[in-house]
Amino acid sequence: MEQSYPNLIPALPELWLALGALVLLMLGVFRTNHVRRTVNNAAALMLAVAFFLVFAVGPTHQVTFSGLFVSDGFTLFMKALVLLGSGAVLVMSKPYLVDKDIFRFEYPVLVVTATLGMLMMVSANDMLSLYLGLELQSLSLYVLAAFNRDRQRSTEAGLKYFVLGALSSGMLLYGISLIYGFSGTTNFTILAGLYSGGATPSVGVLVGLVFVLAGLAFKISAAPFHMWTPDVYEGAPTPVTAFFAAAPKIAAMALVVRLLMGTFQGLVADWQQLVVFLSIASMVVGAFLALVQTNIKRLMAYSSIGHVGFALVGLAAGTTEGVTSLLVYMAIYLSMTLGAFACILSMRHKEGMCEDISDLAGLAKNQPRMAAALAIFMFSLAGIPLLAGFFGKLLVFLAAISAGLYTLALIGVLASVVGAFYYLRIVKIMYFDEPADAFEAPESRSIGLVMGVTAALNSPLSFFLISPLVAWAGAAAGALVL
Amino acid sequence: MEIGLFHYLALAAILFTMGIFGIFLNRKNVITILMSIELMLLAVNINLIAFSSFMGDLTGQIFAMFVLTVAAAEAAIGLAILVVYFRSRGSIAVDDINLMKG
Repeated sequence: MEQSYPNLIPALPELWLALGALVLLMLGVFRTNHVRRTVNNAAALMLAVAFFLVFAVGPTHQVTFSGLFVSDGFTLFMKALVLLGSGAVLVMSKPYLVDKDIFRFEYPVLVVTATLGMLMMVSANDMLSLYLGLELQSLSLYVLAAFNRDRQRSTEAGLKYFVLGALSSGMLLYGISLIYGFSGTTNFTILAGLYSGGATPSVGVLVGLVFVLAGLAFKISAAPFHMWTPDVYEGAPTPVTAFFAAAPKIAAMALVVRLLMGTFQGLVADWQQLVVFLSIASMVVGAFLALVQTNIKRLMAYSSIGHVGFALVGLAAGTTEGVTSLLVYMAIYLSMTLGAFACILSMRHKEGMCEDISDLAGLAKNQPRMAAALAIFMFSLAGIPLLAGFFGKLLVFLAAISAGLYTLALIGVLASVVGAFYYLRIVKIMYFDEPADAFEAPESRSIGLVMGVTAALNSPLSFFLISPLVAWAGAAAGALVL
Repeated sequence: MEIGLFHYLALAAILFTMGIFGIFLNRKNVITILMSIELMLLAVNINLIAFSSFMGDLTGQIFAMFVLTVAAAEAAIGLAILVVYFRSRGSIAVDDINLMKG
């Protein structure tokens, strides 16, 4: 029998990260924590190299590993976002970890393996690679959530995340088994061919699709599958929370989009109602439950639930325009979230890190630059016109309206008005309340750098960046929707 | 009576439901939850292998192998997190997992 080897070129970034993670792990195991600084820097460098490799592979459509792995314009866009998110979080993490005395070499290694899992999710072209990528990411994230292992809240967050994550994987798998059984294949390309001609699917496939969607909704924390999010965000160490809010959401969203638009596009009529429901539920939960929060990490958790709802508005449209708007929204969401967490990571008193919203009081007097940056992020998250967040919301609502989903767009606008209240409350606390204890000046240049760059990206300057971003996202969406 | 595909699917569905209820209705301790998770994954394996066998297609069996492997890794990590949790909290009763209310 002739032995043929798969074409490895499309999977270069993944191979690079896999080998690199193993090398870093060995380095850490044999040289222990003496090399943690080296491992941390090397991991950041590796993510940067992977970023360039993603672009070196390029946007041409390539399928390899017997149809399990795909690389095209869509994966290029999503992988670039994922790597930006992971890299930015990794360079921001050190001061917090040192402060809490948990700066160990395992942290960067776990971030790299989680990122590897995310890249595989983005490139999945088969239920098998989808599942393996998702599990590689999830298993790394469970450990990261419990990383501060001497602190009760962190271990509780890890335990909760593990139980609910395993439950969602179980549902996802059950759905996959049904889709496999009733359609006879697990390959996305073949599945897309089966249902593109308007063929009626069997009930088994639809039930399976619902299970898969429920499993993935857990991972993007869309309501009503969001209950783990606030607890895990609050309990996990702050850099890990920042990581959760940034990269895994984008990867899981890429998976949802590829599955619904790339694979089951022929069944739009069947899944559209589900996505509309998830979207409305997430926007409402995100807007209303955030109003009563006092912990800024819990607030960001509800905020991220709400933003997933807004992004799903674009998907609900079920058109190429809708996917484009979703991709733009995720890119803007990434910059807003990274910026907001850069500020949260700088909230440090003499006694240590703090995370209550009331600690921000009078920040404008103590640290005017950080207050200005955080104000930009809050205005942008709220969707105030001329900031980046506004353009994202505008695009998804336009996509929904042109697809005839007027009610959805209306509910979205109302939810963003309610949501604006709690974002603006933070700005009010920073600028008009009596000053609380001043924060220590941030000593890390990388946090300041991330804060500055994302603030510039979210400021009205973003007006000039929107049209290239939309063009790129449009090319990515075009590569996905055939 | 001949055992057909339907019987396997029914068995898997029953086991899967038991797994889900085991997670939600269980008020005692976390070990039971881990067992319920295993039960769900094994129900999926029955599904995959039954389909694979009746369709004469190998994909399902390959998939089941991967699920087994991942389930082992998942159990290892779950137990590790549980041990860490027990060390800091001194209990693994489900009712005690309540520091944060979501």
